[in-house]
Amino acid sequence: MATNTLIGSLVRIRELSILLVTIACAGYFALTSTGFTSLDNGHTIAQYIAPWAIVGAGEAMLLICGEIDLSAGFVFTLAPFVLVLLNNNGLPLFVALLATVVICALIGTVNGLIRTLFNLPSFITTLGMAFLLQGLSLIISNGSPVPAPADTWVRTTFGGARWSELTWALVIIAVMQIVLSASRFGIYTQATGSNPVGAAESGIRTSRVKVVNFAVTSALAGFGGILEGMRVGSFDPTNGGFNTMFFGVAAAVIGGTALLGGSGTVVGALLGALLLGIVYDGFNLTGVNANAFNVVLGVAILVAMFLNTYLSVLRRRASAVRGRT
Amino acid sequence: MTDTDMIRAEHVRKRFGPVTAIQDVNLHVRKGEILGLIGDNGAGKSTLIKILTGYHQPDGGQLFFEGEPIHLRSVVHARSLGIETVFQDLAMIDDLPVYLNLHLNKELVHRPLPFLRRKEMRRKAREALDSIGITIGSVTDPVSQLSGGQRQAIAVARSVFSDAKVLLLDEPLAAMGAKEGGLILRLLMQLKERGDRPGHHSDCPQLQPDRRRRVCDRVNLLQHGTITFDKASKDTSVAELLDLVHAEYRL
Ligand SMILES: Nc1ncnc2c1ncn2[C@@H]1O[C@H](COP(=O)(O)OP(=O)(O)OP(=O)(O)O)[C@@H](O)[C@H]1O
Ligand SMILES: [Mg+2]
Repeated sequence: MATNTLIGSLVRIRELSILLVTIACAGYFALTSTGFTSLDNGHTIAQYIAPWAIVGAGEAMLLICGEIDLSAGFVFTLAPFVLVLLNNNGLPLFVALLATVVICALIGTVNGLIRTLFNLPSFITTLGMAFLLQGLSLIISNGSPVPAPADTWVRTTFGGARWSELTWALVIIAVMQIVLSASRFGIYTQATGSNPVGAAESGIRTSRVKVVNFAVTSALAGFGGILEGMRVGSFDPTNGGFNTMFFGVAAAVIGGTALLGGSGTVVGALLGALLLGIVYDGFNLTGVNANAFNVVLGVAILVAMFLNTYLSVLRRRASAVRGRT
Repeated sequence: MTDTDMIRAEHVRKRFGPVTAIQDVNLHVRKGEILGLIGDNGAGKSTLIKILTGYHQPDGGQLFFEGEPIHLRSVVHARSLGIETVFQDLAMIDDLPVYLNLHLNKELVHRPLPFLRRKEMRRKAREALDSIGITIGSVTDPVSQLSGGQRQAIAVARSVFSDAKVLLLDEPLAAMGAKEGGLILRLLMQLKERGDRPGHHSDCPQLQPDRRRRVCDRVNLLQHGTITFDKASKDTSVAELLDLVHAEYRL
């Protein structure tokens, strides 16, 4: 009985299993490669995970309310060029940055409105938006990278300073997790994904909930794109894209967010990103072929999905046992 | 008589594309009265209730609330007036725990801060369920782990424990066993005795017509989208009701 309740309570903490796997991977690479534990390498890992975690935070919220945004990666690509455009047209850098994030939120709003007003699946809506934004990025940039704006406090604060991108990612994760688990909007997001009809019957404006989450996801993705560009020092139209979007979604799913909506956490997306980052970096250090990483990524997603479904069965059994005793 | 009506519908109709769900419905519920609405599957009971609760907008006709003509813009609007509903599908969120379902869209927050008061909501949920005598394991369990009857009891508890003036229950006992069903009916009688909350409750005719007849003051029969029968319960019998419902199937 004692073991039963122990297993039960462990299983109930969704993030625990993924955290254990992450620690195991970190331990493995620490032992098998040189330099994995150095601070510099920590910084490298941080560079991988920050964009995935930022995009993943938004995608987790969207997945929880039953939607997905395939265009987030191209908002990530486009945002820096919008920033440059606004900045070149006379807006001070900081104001241009704020304006860019607002524009990105509007792109998300458009996604959400198309989704909810015309009742088109978000998969199709945002796929269309993805290609549209990719085209726009290439047109605005003429297909070639531009240097990031010169060193100012804005550049330093938003990605330029050594750990600033990761710091922003952690702040975003914390804020979004609080929104999800401690605010009414978080409850509405879960309710909308779990039972859209029931949520609407309870008077929750499910369309508005979805539109807001689309807007937040795009705003975060755009902000993430700017941070990334500022850190690297150059805005590149081949940055971001489907790759970044899928890593964001993968991070959320590996972190325990249900693809069909209703449950999940934002912190899970951070842990998912952390696991992906550690494996990616570890493979680089140990000289494993980059293609092998994709194999691992695929396996990780499948295992995560399996654990998700299987653990919820275990959870139900555990509480059934508890109910009987 | 009219000025004691809590809620009244006049010539209300509703179509869904080619399907006419409700046509020319006239219905009223007085203060402190329990109205039973019976009708076959597909007769339009749920549609009528969803109109009275602001979920559907009627295509025509007029609603009155406490004697005043009213246009119910939304469920939230209707709820703000004191119209509470238990929908046939229960509107339960499976992934959320019992106490959040009990407070769905009425969550308590630390005003003026927007943060949820989870502890307070758990306490209130526990109180509410205890006071009606519904037994469930823990208010923090997700609703998906409960039985059909328990879910229904929670849905009813959710609407009863708001300060409702009108309570609309769509097939409130459908999935309930004798014990839970009895609890809910007793609860309705208590509310009625307090006299401040009239109920309007809809049932499927197959379900223990006898039990329903003892609770309701008046029975309306809905057939093919119109009300064809309106009588005080004491003037009718189980046999007559069954007769009416089944009349059209007889050869
Ligand atoms: N949202 C909708 N869209 C299209 N048709 C609908 C919709 N809701 C109800 N209908 C139709 O309206 C008619 C009345 O349905 P309603 O659900 O009101 O019946 P009911 O009396 O509640 O039946 P039951 O006893 O099975 O619950 C049915 O023919 C149904 O198919
Ligand atoms: Mg019905």
